[in-house]
Amino acid sequence: MNRKATEPFVRIVKRDGLPLWHSWLIRLAALALALAVCAAVIFAIVRLNPLRVYGAMWQGAFGSAKRGWITLRDTMMLLCIGVGLAPAFKMRFWNIGAEGQILVGGLATAACMIYFGSAIPTWALLLLTFAVSAAAGAVWGVLPAFFKARYGTNETLFTLMMNYVAIQLTAFFVAKWENPFGSNTVGIINQTHKSGWFPAVFGQQYLLNALLVLALTVFVFIYLRYTKHGYETAVVGESERTARYIGIDVRRVIIRTMLLSGAICGLAGFTAVAGASHTISTSTAGGRGFTAIIVAWLARFNTFVMILTAALLVFLEKGAIQIATQYNLNDYASQMITGIILFFILGSEFFINYRLIFRGKKEAD
Amino acid sequence: MEGAEAAVRMRDITKTFGPIVANDRVWLDIFRGEILALLGENGSGKTTLMNMLSGIYYPDAGHIHVDGREVSIRSPRDAYKLGIGMIHQHFKLVDVLTAAENIILGMPGKGRLDLRAVGERIRRICSLYGFDVDPQRKVYDMSVSQKQTVEIVKVLFRGADILILDEPTAVLTPQETDRLFAVLRNMRDDGKAVVIITHKLYEVEELSDRVAILRRGQFVGDMPTKNTNAGEMTNMMVGRPVSLNIERPEPHSPKPRIVAEGLTVRDIDGVTKLSGLSFTANSGEILGIAGISGCGQKELLESIAGLQPVESGSIVYLDPESGEEIQLIGKDPRAISALGVALSFVPEDRLGMGLVGNMDLTDNMMLRSFRRGSSVFADRKAPKSLAERVVGELGVNTPGVDTPVRRLSGGNVQKVLVGREIASAPTVLMTAYAVRGLDINASYTIYDLINRQKEKGVAVIFVGEDLDVLLALCDRILVLCGGKLSGIVPGRGANKREVGMMMTRLGGEAEK
Amino acid sequence: MTQLLALLQAALVFGTVILFGSMGEIITEKSGNLNLGVPGIMYLGGIAGLAGAFLYESSAAVPVPLAGLLIALLCALAASMLGGLIYSFLTITLRANQNVTGLTLTIFGSGVANLFGGAMNKMAGGVGQISVAATSGAFRATPPFLSGLGVFSGLGFMAYLAIILAILSSRFLNRTRRGLNLRAVGENPATADAAGVSVTGYKYLATCAGAAITGLGGLYYIMDYIKGTWANDGGIEKLGWLAVALVIFARWKPLHAVWGSYLFGVLFWLYLYIPGVSLDRSSQEIFKMLPYIVTILVLVAVSIKKSRGNEPPANLGLPYFREER
Repeated sequence: MNRKATEPFVRIVKRDGLPLWHSWLIRLAALALALAVCAAVIFAIVRLNPLRVYGAMWQGAFGSAKRGWITLRDTMMLLCIGVGLAPAFKMRFWNIGAEGQILVGGLATAACMIYFGSAIPTWALLLLTFAVSAAAGAVWGVLPAFFKARYGTNETLFTLMMNYVAIQLTAFFVAKWENPFGSNTVGIINQTHKSGWFPAVFGQQYLLNALLVLALTVFVFIYLRYTKHGYETAVVGESERTARYIGIDVRRVIIRTMLLSGAICGLAGFTAVAGASHTISTSTAGGRGFTAIIVAWLARFNTFVMILTAALLVFLEKGAIQIATQYNLNDYASQMITGIILFFILGSEFFINYRLIFRGKKEAD
Repeated sequence: MEGAEAAVRMRDITKTFGPIVANDRVWLDIFRGEILALLGENGSGKTTLMNMLSGIYYPDAGHIHVDGREVSIRSPRDAYKLGIGMIHQHFKLVDVLTAAENIILGMPGKGRLDLRAVGERIRRICSLYGFDVDPQRKVYDMSVSQKQTVEIVKVLFRGADILILDEPTAVLTPQETDRLFAVLRNMRDDGKAVVIITHKLYEVEELSDRVAILRRGQFVGDMPTKNTNAGEMTNMMVGRPVSLNIERPEPHSPKPRIVAEGLTVRDIDGVTKLSGLSFTANSGEILGIAGISGCGQKELLESIAGLQPVESGSIVYLDPESGEEIQLIGKDPRAISALGVALSFVPEDRLGMGLVGNMDLTDNMMLRSFRRGSSVFADRKAPKSLAERVVGELGVNTPGVDTPVRRLSGGNVQKVLVGREIASAPTVLMTAYAVRGLDINASYTIYDLINRQKEKGVAVIFVGEDLDVLLALCDRILVLCGGKLSGIVPGRGANKREVGMMMTRLGGEAEK
Repeated sequence: MTQLLALLQAALVFGTVILFGSMGEIITEKSGNLNLGVPGIMYLGGIAGLAGAFLYESSAAVPVPLAGLLIALLCALAASMLGGLIYSFLTITLRANQNVTGLTLTIFGSGVANLFGGAMNKMAGGVGQISVAATSGAFRATPPFLSGLGVFSGLGFMAYLAIILAILSSRFLNRTRRGLNLRAVGENPATADAAGVSVTGYKYLATCAGAAITGLGGLYYIMDYIKGTWANDGGIEKLGWLAVALVIFARWKPLHAVWGSYLFGVLFWLYLYIPGVSLDRSSQEIFKMLPYIVTILVLVAVSIKKSRGNEPPANLGLPYFREER
């Protein structure tokens, strides 16, 4: 009796090798729980049947062909950033500067479109823009990497600051390229001749975005899983000491990996500007650089799984926007719902990695 | 021991870590006014058992009584309340804080931090037992022995009267050890219960009143130290009489393979780790490196491996094929292997350096071979078959080659590492504490592997901590003392006491 | 001269917002938690304070300024501590990744704040129509005994509160037993644990208390900086990240954060006051980069020098699990 009362109420034990289906079951349970909580919150605000509200979310994301394509386009954008972050995170390099890398990639794209728009044919312009935006993103990514590699400078904080430098840089160019004068926006670039815009493929405006991003997804998957570079990246991420011990040049790997990571994020900016909005503003990245961190994290840096996680987050966003317009809330409801769902999914990881042993019981899951 | 009330009574204590049973229904009694030696080999569960007493771990099953009352020790705070204090092997001090701040850390009490009063009390404790501590000094400025003293004062400051010391002499010089033992005897005479965890027999004999022995997580027995002897204790510790029957084939035609001259190394803080060290390692020979831990062994091996920046001196590798002389200093491991120097290195930190814990056996085998070929893709077929071969030949106990190595037990981890390192047909093999934490059988497997390499003409450099092993295995023994060469003695016929002296004094002469 | 004075005044007001934010984050980081949810928490604090005051003022016939002030304060503290609690529960108890959790908290806080802010704007009849005049007035009133301090006079009471809090937290960290315990938790939790310090308890308390202080930054922004209104323009988020930057700039010392915050304010507004030059809008944007660039330079300089005492808490961003091996 005495013994029972003095034992701690609950103990936590690490578990190894939970079957895959089991861990996905836990994640699904968390998602269900999160949706229930969101439903309660929505009900408290708008006093509407949550099921109808979720129906409205589905409508918002897939209600029409056009909506479906826009959902796809935005999924691809988010996926692209997540794919860009994957090599960095595999190396345990906290690149939270995707936001800035996207922006400078977008800026480079806009610059090419503005300055060369009428001078060279679109296919050449697209190739040029591709290269320049990747280079711009790479530069933004490699700066923190250089200092991390050389002096161990904290990359989380460095990349975070680089976002704001990029935002101010964008603001600078927006003011420079203002069109029409006094509007404080750049307006649609090359609206008449559409040069530098992604062409429609098979009559679909956003198919090229999808193809480009899926190609990058496959590329990064293969790069990380099967190449020597990818292996080096993984070793550096797991243990820098081991990497040194076997003669991997850690600095070079950090710099190389961040060049790649930054370049792909820069390409996300390219897709956003040349393939979607055809304009540039300080909100071109729109927080997606941060959201993509969550996309990549939830997928455990597996770029194929990221297709799912990116789609989930975009679905939530589109759905919530629909609820907002339908029930007279504003768009930010989507951020709140996304936040709640992510809290639950983050929390659920605990139950995948650990199990609880309650007092008096032998063990429980 | 009937009659006297035990200060601590542990009954049927069991603790598991995943598949590893660290303690299996262990019984132990601790009495006041007595020094108890908790004896056992590395990995026998001594530290785990004491960690449960000090609140670091919580037992899976079993009962603990303190002064006759059943207790539940959930945290170090609970332990302190019961008067139990533990001095861990890896000191638990905050580097950026001062001695006084570390000592008062976590003590009950709120409000202002009166460091002057704390300093006063520290000085009083110091003078009572004969310590020397500067309360204002930052921990990162202290020597190892000073840090240990701070740890002991910290425990006493909290009014602990049951003290547990985990291998306290591992990092001390003999003089410091003597001083520590004197202090511990003072404490015993003061009525405190003292437990020292050790695997060194002479410490048990010199210091303890009673000895309790663990073997593979199980309690084997306890008895008054004066009623036993080294032979009996050893038998109980290892379970069968050890005659260290390590094979030592005669080297044939040893030729210099590594020649080091005037090697001087400083660490990042500018502390000299090696100074003016010169030696030769021959092919077909095992060169043992002896010394108190932290005397430059790590720096010595890492300098050769190209992992340690060297301040001055030279390390020349003589190529057995061409006879070419290759300077290793200033080159990283990749450059060294690119020059055709087949160097293998089994580092002390197996999972933090030699292997990647989260990767499977195949990927760990790849660490040495992934660069091969000009393809951008890494070859996984050869490493996989190597992994399968190592598992088969060395008897690695694993569910498969796609199991992450961190899930293997210590001995199996070491087999994987050594197996990989000798697979690359080295001409130089360096091992650091190759059998630490391994059971007897695994240890002999490793000795065998090393001997086979020696017979193939490999120059082996073997850093060890157990003098008996060094004396039985090595052809020559290089003794380090404080980063300097204390002497090189032939392994055959070397005298253990003499080598022990050389470890503590340069050249081993009795000074003063 | 008046130009300079105006710049300094603007810098003080601006600095106060991020001073709260970064002071809270310093306390949090001292426990080893890197909370990237600072902007989210400031959002939560700001919106809760505003909502409390708004509901009070629109229900009371004659709003009492002091009552509005207290309601706003309590609401802001409660909401921001709730944010800290969510972060703590996820990262400490459930061991979720700190960076991801913090970013999620920022998304969540921004969503909640802009959702309700927008809704309140609608209720009040349009953007900028929210009126919490009495409460906001109370926040902006200078305490009578604090006049005649030169450039420091004429600020709302929270500007002085921020300085007092900075001094108190500095004393707490360096001169008290609990401050010592907290520092040890952030440096070396295993050691603190072995010494009998409740690592979990300190992490929870520091993170929640830190969040409360951070949330005051959001409240000050709403009530004083933009004078009791709401705009969905991301202003808080921008300042929130600057507050995170300031933590680095101040090298984890609250007293350094005080002058650092004002310096950031000067850098931020400098473009308006450069004598003899009137910048076009594009060049102004370049000037607004200054605080970020300066922070990057400090970050790099600290990492190059590696002097002990200037470095981040050794265990920052890492989880602690006693039985891990």
